[in-house]
This record gives sequence, structure tokens and C-alpha cells, in this order.
Amino acid sequence: MPPLLEVKNLKKYFNTKGGMLHAVDDISFTLDAGKTLGVVGESGCGKTTLGRTILHLLDVTSGQILFEGKDITYPKKKELMKLREDMQIIFQDPYSSLDPRQSVKETIMEPLLIQGKLSKAECEKKAKELMDTVGLAARFENAYPHELDGGRRQRIGIARALALGPKFIVCDEPVSALDVSIQAQIINLLLDLQESLGIAYMFVTHDLSVVKYISNDIMVMYLGQMVEKASSDELFANPIHPYTQALLSAIPIPDIHNKTKRIILKGELTSPINPKPGCRFRPRCIYATEECEQPQVLTEPLPNHFVACCKCSELLNNRRNTQ
Amino acid sequence: MPDNVLEIRDLVVEYHTDDAHIYAVNGVSLNVKKGETIGLVGETGAGKTTIAKSILRILQSPPAKICSGSIMFDGADLMKLSEKEMQHIRGNKIAMIFQDPMTALNPIETVGFQIEEAIRLHNKISRVEAVRRACEMLEMVGIPAERYKEYPHQFSGGMKQRVVIAMALACKPMLLLADEPTTALDVTIQAQVLEMMNDLKTKLNTSVILITHDLGVVANMCDSVAVVYAGEIVEYGTAEDIFDRTAHPYTVGLFNSLPRLNTTERRLKPIKGLMLDPTIKPPGCRFSDRCPEATEKCCKQPPPDVEVSPGHIVKCWLRGGSN
Amino acid sequence: MNEAYRKKRSKFGEVVRRLKKNKAAVFSVFVLIIIVLVGIFADYLAPYPYDQQNYSLSFAKPSPEHWLGCDQLGRDILSRLIYATRQSLQLGILATAIAGILGITLGCIAGYYGGWVDMVIMRFLDIYQSIPMFLLCVTLAAVMGPSLRNAVLAIGISTVPLPARLMRASILTVRNQEFIEAARMCNASNRRIILKHIIPNAIAPVIVSITMTVGMNILAGASLSYIGLGAQPPIPEWGTMVADARNIMRDHAILALYPGLCIMITVLACNLLGDGLRDALDPRLKN
Repeated sequence: MPPLLEVKNLKKYFNTKGGMLHAVDDISFTLDAGKTLGVVGESGCGKTTLGRTILHLLDVTSGQILFEGKDITYPKKKELMKLREDMQIIFQDPYSSLDPRQSVKETIMEPLLIQGKLSKAECEKKAKELMDTVGLAARFENAYPHELDGGRRQRIGIARALALGPKFIVCDEPVSALDVSIQAQIINLLLDLQESLGIAYMFVTHDLSVVKYISNDIMVMYLGQMVEKASSDELFANPIHPYTQALLSAIPIPDIHNKTKRIILKGELTSPINPKPGCRFRPRCIYATEECEQPQVLTEPLPNHFVACCKCSELLNNRRNTQ
Repeated sequence: MPDNVLEIRDLVVEYHTDDAHIYAVNGVSLNVKKGETIGLVGETGAGKTTIAKSILRILQSPPAKICSGSIMFDGADLMKLSEKEMQHIRGNKIAMIFQDPMTALNPIETVGFQIEEAIRLHNKISRVEAVRRACEMLEMVGIPAERYKEYPHQFSGGMKQRVVIAMALACKPMLLLADEPTTALDVTIQAQVLEMMNDLKTKLNTSVILITHDLGVVANMCDSVAVVYAGEIVEYGTAEDIFDRTAHPYTVGLFNSLPRLNTTERRLKPIKGLMLDPTIKPPGCRFSDRCPEATEKCCKQPPPDVEVSPGHIVKCWLRGGSN
Repeated sequence: MNEAYRKKRSKFGEVVRRLKKNKAAVFSVFVLIIIVLVGIFADYLAPYPYDQQNYSLSFAKPSPEHWLGCDQLGRDILSRLIYATRQSLQLGILATAIAGILGITLGCIAGYYGGWVDMVIMRFLDIYQSIPMFLLCVTLAAVMGPSLRNAVLAIGISTVPLPARLMRASILTVRNQEFIEAARMCNASNRRIILKHIIPNAIAPVIVSITMTVGMNILAGASLSYIGLGAQPPIPEWGTMVADARNIMRDHAILALYPGLCIMITVLACNLLGDGLRDALDPRLKN
């Protein structure tokens, strides 16, 4: 059986005044039904663009996207409409992702009405069921988004995404605008839905503790490129790429006894416009040598653990020696 | 107590609008010792920022109204000072950093000039001397002095926040109010800024009130912690008290809501329900409607401040022992 | 608060409810309704025909027969004011409607599609705006002869850029919000997105500005009539009435004052209503 989603060498460039912006540069991965792929990176690394491109909210520059084995890279209008029933998105900002002039019910009903398979009464019934599924009390059906708090708003967004019964949802930082206690409620809801409906998630976030929690596999992106990909536990136990190591060590851990040495990166993100060939992390990397000016190849130093770094075997050996 | 830089006593702040009374801060008392970093932790709408703005008296009034309380700083009650005397304190003896560095910087002036201006506003020194000090401040926050003549838009987010910090510390304030200083930044940049703030703090011996919702940041930065819920400090103690001997049910709930890196559990344990509607003044404990341990007494009578161990204060009926 | 959720509230009803809270706006609505009714029922309300002359009554003082007195030709001023309402409102409302419909459409297209479409429309409006309105009006009048209809057309066409620019700017802010992407993910067509999501969220400032434009256009119409390019005598119009009084202003200022007051009250009411609508149309201020 083919994987649910397969992305091959996907590229998305934007033509800007300063030159070609390589937002997503040669990304490949597969995702099985009912699983979660976490996509981690800092702002500007292209993780949001990646999600949008897979969903065809943005046009593909080059590469291939396969859904259930079928090539959907350049879908026709009809195919795209069908595709939107299978692939949905949950947005980051529960404030701007809901039309302020539509009530809760209208928002959730919209995809059903447009699909046109159900009568209006049936749509309303379905909308109420969906509200129940995501834990929104029925009394809110005529409320407007601005009357509700961030957590409830995000539930509306989730209900809308679920309306057409998708098999795959891109979660674009769905909890980063929420408070911790509400964030936990929403994460639990997403996990429950995955269990009961078998939906696959691509979970895009900058929050590493959340992604560890929710994902089966994690992909780390830096300036449009994938630098490391492994199963969630493996990545946290065994980060190989220097960027992943720095990223993981930078997470503020809510524990005062945690005295692991922080790796403080120097400098900041360089520009993704007309990048030079070679490792894009090079200017900030403490291990960088001339070798890194060559284009990086994705290798598999450990089973199912992919790294795009020419020093990775060296780094692995160093670690083994110190342990 | 000569070692206290700031003493807040029974601060009550309300917002009066046409249709509602919002009880934002409900009797907060807090001491800040010299050279200490105190974390003010809580969720959106808990009243953290209102407390900080009350200290500087920069709340917009109306709608805000400081109903009662005293704030002793440097031998004077800030509540009783004239506007002119406050101006001498603001930016000079007490400085504040906001979450969004862009709003704190004037886009049409060079960053160097803005720091220089902050210095000259409060110190009678020559221009040359002020420029020299401004350069010194820039170097101190890790920005080369050559960038003195650049404009804010030429800096990245992390760099801008450094400039803001340099500006805030330019007059060597006794107290720094930092309102979510790293929330808008990426993790690796956050790590840089936090480390820099830690260095500066020890160098300048400034007291810091760090407002944040991130317990990870608190664990890294703070000597003592005040947990704020619905306009009250529900738990106060040293970092060890809060992290190792967590007492208040709300604080416990906060910790349980966090996705941990070192757990294998598949579900988070969020606090049920939502933050108390701030227009309501309940007779009992403000957390009682969400508290898993709440008793009848909790709902009826306001809880006392209980000192569970020296310096560790909890606002709860259930931690009272003999009380 | 929860009680309220059970009841479905219409959006229009909400706006009305919030508008009611603003006393100045409610008052303006009343004033405007009265003015419009006066215009519609002028034939029944006016005690005399607007062109009935009686030289024995030239400059007559107010009397029980002629409440506001008579003008230099002995015509009843009150009757003329009442009939004039009709012309003036036409100038204000019709001209604004033309400007509004054309402007909103152009603004929508430019804002939503962007790119070269936007470029072409906006440059066209730039050129357009550089032609003085009076010149355009004089030209139209020269081609088609001076008449009220041509004045309406001229004012309407020459004020198109204002709502167009506003609509475009407003749409640009709405267009990039995530709920538009969300609608695309729901397979909504461009038409549906524009009509259901973008326009309702973008139109509030345009409605406000259009309400205020009605007042401005009444003024513009009055000025056109004043120089003889609008309503043609003997049909009265507030602007022409002021114009007629200009030669005798020194001795009989009152003749200019009455129509002037009418213009002022109408324009003021439009502006106050616009201000009220600005607040009422924002759902976030709802409580």
C-alpha cells in the first residue's frame, strides 16, 4: 500500500525584489495514515509555506506530491475540489482565521454547504454534531467569534477542518497563540480525534516540547531545507545535526535542576534569498569548515535517522567517544 | 527593610467601561529585593501587565483606575508622587521592556541616537559623553558599536530587542520591568537574549520583574516566583519552592498542562474550564470553579495567605494546616 | 450572556440595536427621514406651487399665509424650500449611488485580484482624479446641456475614486487574513469569497464614508446649481435658491439663509449618521 502522502523534492520559490526566495527547497518525506509528522523550525524556515504548498494554497515550483499514490502536484479544478475534502488545515491564529461576521454555525457549515451533498437542514445537523465532537457547547452555535476565547475559537477552526471528513490535516501552529492550560486541552483534543478518526497530521510548530509530545516523526527545517529527520524519541535522544542540537538545548525547560549546557548559537538566520550552495547553517555552525561549502546530501547514519550534514559521521564518532 | 527595592501593598486596579467593571488586580502585595529577579507568571488576562504598568503609572486612565494600594520605591510611595516626579523615575530608576520591540523603537531615528537620547534625558552630560555611553551600552548587549547609525528596520527581531534592552539599561535603573521580553523571538534567539540578560543582571546588580507565561523561562532566570491568577498572587516563593514544592492547585495544574520532554504519557492533564470572567467578583477563591480539590468552603470564603514554609506563601484553604 | 446565544440574531438587527445607543445618530436618522418624506410628498405638503408668482408679495414678511414670507418674485419661500428638497436630495443621493456602485466595484476588483488589474485600475483613477470636477461638469453640461441629470452624472462620476480607493485599501487588509485562505480550503469560489467574506468585512468604512459623501454631494450640487449648471429655473433647488438671493443678499440675507440652513442641517445629519454607523458596523464593539 502506498503511503498516504508522499512529497518528493518539493520546491517553492518566491520571486521577490531582492531575488529568488527559496522558501521550501528540495523537501521529501512520506506520511502514513493516522500518523503525525512534526515539522520544526524557527520563523522564516519555510515550514508554513511547506504546509500551504502541499495543500495547494500556493503553487508548486517543482517537485512532486502524491496522495494515496496518486500524483496531485498539478491538480485540475475538479480534482482540487475533491482533494480539499481529503486535506484540510487548522490555522495558527484563532482570531484571523475565522470570519468575524459569521456565526459559529455558519463557519462550520460553510464547507458542507459548498460541497452541496447535504440539504441545509442536514448541514445544520452535521454542524451540531461537529460542535459536539470538538467539545463546543450547543449554546454557542449563534455566537460570533469575538465573543469567544481563543481556545473555543480554535475548536471552531478544528470543527470546520473536520467537516468534510479529511484524511490529512496540516496543523499550522494550532496552539502557539493559546495559554498553556488551554493549549493542553486543544492538544488532547487533536490526539483524541486522531485516535477516533485515524487522521494523519502534519504538525507545524516552533514549540519543540509540543512537537515531541504529539509527533511520531519529526523533521527539522532550516532556511527552507530539511536538516534532520527521525522518529520523535530518536531525534530528542540523539540529535546529530549541529542545528538540531542547538535548537534542542535552547528549549527553556521548566525545571530548575536541569543544568544541561546550553549551546548558544551566534548570529541569526541568514537570508533565504539567492542562497549560496552548501550548508545554509554554515555561518552559525561551530563545526563549519571548507567542506561545508559543498551542497549537503541527506545521509542515513543511523537506521531511519536522516541528516543533511557532511560532518555527521564525525559528530557521531565524537559523541560515542565522549560517552 | 532596606534590602527591598520595591514594595507593593494591596494593589487594586479596576477597569471601568460603560458596561462593565473589570477586576484586573485584586489586592496584590509583592516585595522585590535588591539584585533579585522575580518572575510574575500567569496566563493571558491574569493581570501581570497591569501590575507592571501600575508601578510606572502608565495605565491608560480611564478606563483603568488604581483603586487602592501603595507602591514604595526608593523611599517614596509612587502612588503619591506628582507626574513630574514620576517622569524622573520612569526610564531612569525604573525601566520597562515590552514584548514587541518594534513599538518601543522610533522607526525614523537611528538606534544609537535613541539610546543617547534616553541617557541625556535623565543625565546632565555632554553629547560626546552620552554618545560614548550609548556605544558602551550597545557593545554590552552584543551589538557592535559600528551599527550606532543604523535604523531599527535594519535590525532583526532579536537585535531590536537587544537595542530595547540597551535603552532600558542605559540609565542604570534600580528596577527593570520586562514584559514577555522574549515571547516574540525564536528559541535560539531567545536563548541568546536570556543569557545576555542574565549576564547584565549580575554585572549591573539590577532587580528585575520578569513577566512571562513560560515556566521554562522562569526556571532559567528567576530567583523567586509569583504565580498570578485572576488578579491575585496565588503562590509566592523561591524558585525551589515553586518548582520543587509546588503547593497551589493552580500552579500544579499549570505544570501538568505543560508537555514535558521526558515523559511517555500520551495525554496531558489540562486544567479544566476557562479563566474566571474578570467582571465577576466571587465570594470565595477565584480558582474554586476550576480547582479539582475545591470544597464548599473554597467557594464561599476568600482563602487566606498561608505561609507553608518560611517565605513560601500560598493563597489556599487546603494548604492551611491548622488554619 | 449565555442566554443570548440561544437566540439567533440577524446581523442587520444587531447594527440597528447598536446604532440606537448613539443619540446623535438616532436624531440624524429622524431628521433625514423627515427630509426624505418632505421631498417625496412635496406636492401635498407645499401650500403653493413653487413657481406661482405674485409681485404684490415681493419680499413679504412671514405671515400666517406665507410662514416664511416670499422672495423677490413673490413666490412662497416655504413651498420652494419643500420642492427644492427633492432636487437637492436627488443630487446628493443619486450622485452618491453612482459613485458608490462604480467605486465599490472597481475597488473590489483592484483589491482582490491585485497585480496588473490593480495597476491599471489605480492608474486610471489617478488620471481621473487629476481632472477637476467642475471642469468635467462644465464639459458634460456643454455637451448635453445644463440639467439636474447631468449635474448628478457629473458629480457621481467625478467622485468615483474616493470609494474605490477606500474599498481597495479595506480589501487589501481583509484579503490577507487567514479566514480567506480557510474559505478557499472550503472550496469556496472567488465569487463567494468576494461576496460572502471580503465585502461584508471590508465595506464598513466605505459605507461610513459614503454616508458622509451624500452631504458633500449635496454641497457640490448646490455649488453647481449656484453657477447655473445644476437644477434649471424655475425648478427650485437649495443651491439655486442661494444663487438667486446673491444679488439682494445685502438687504434680504434671510432669502439665502433659509436654503443655506437646509443644506447645513442635511449635511450635518449625514455626517452624524456616518459617525454613528462607523461604531455600529464594527462587530467587535458589540456587547
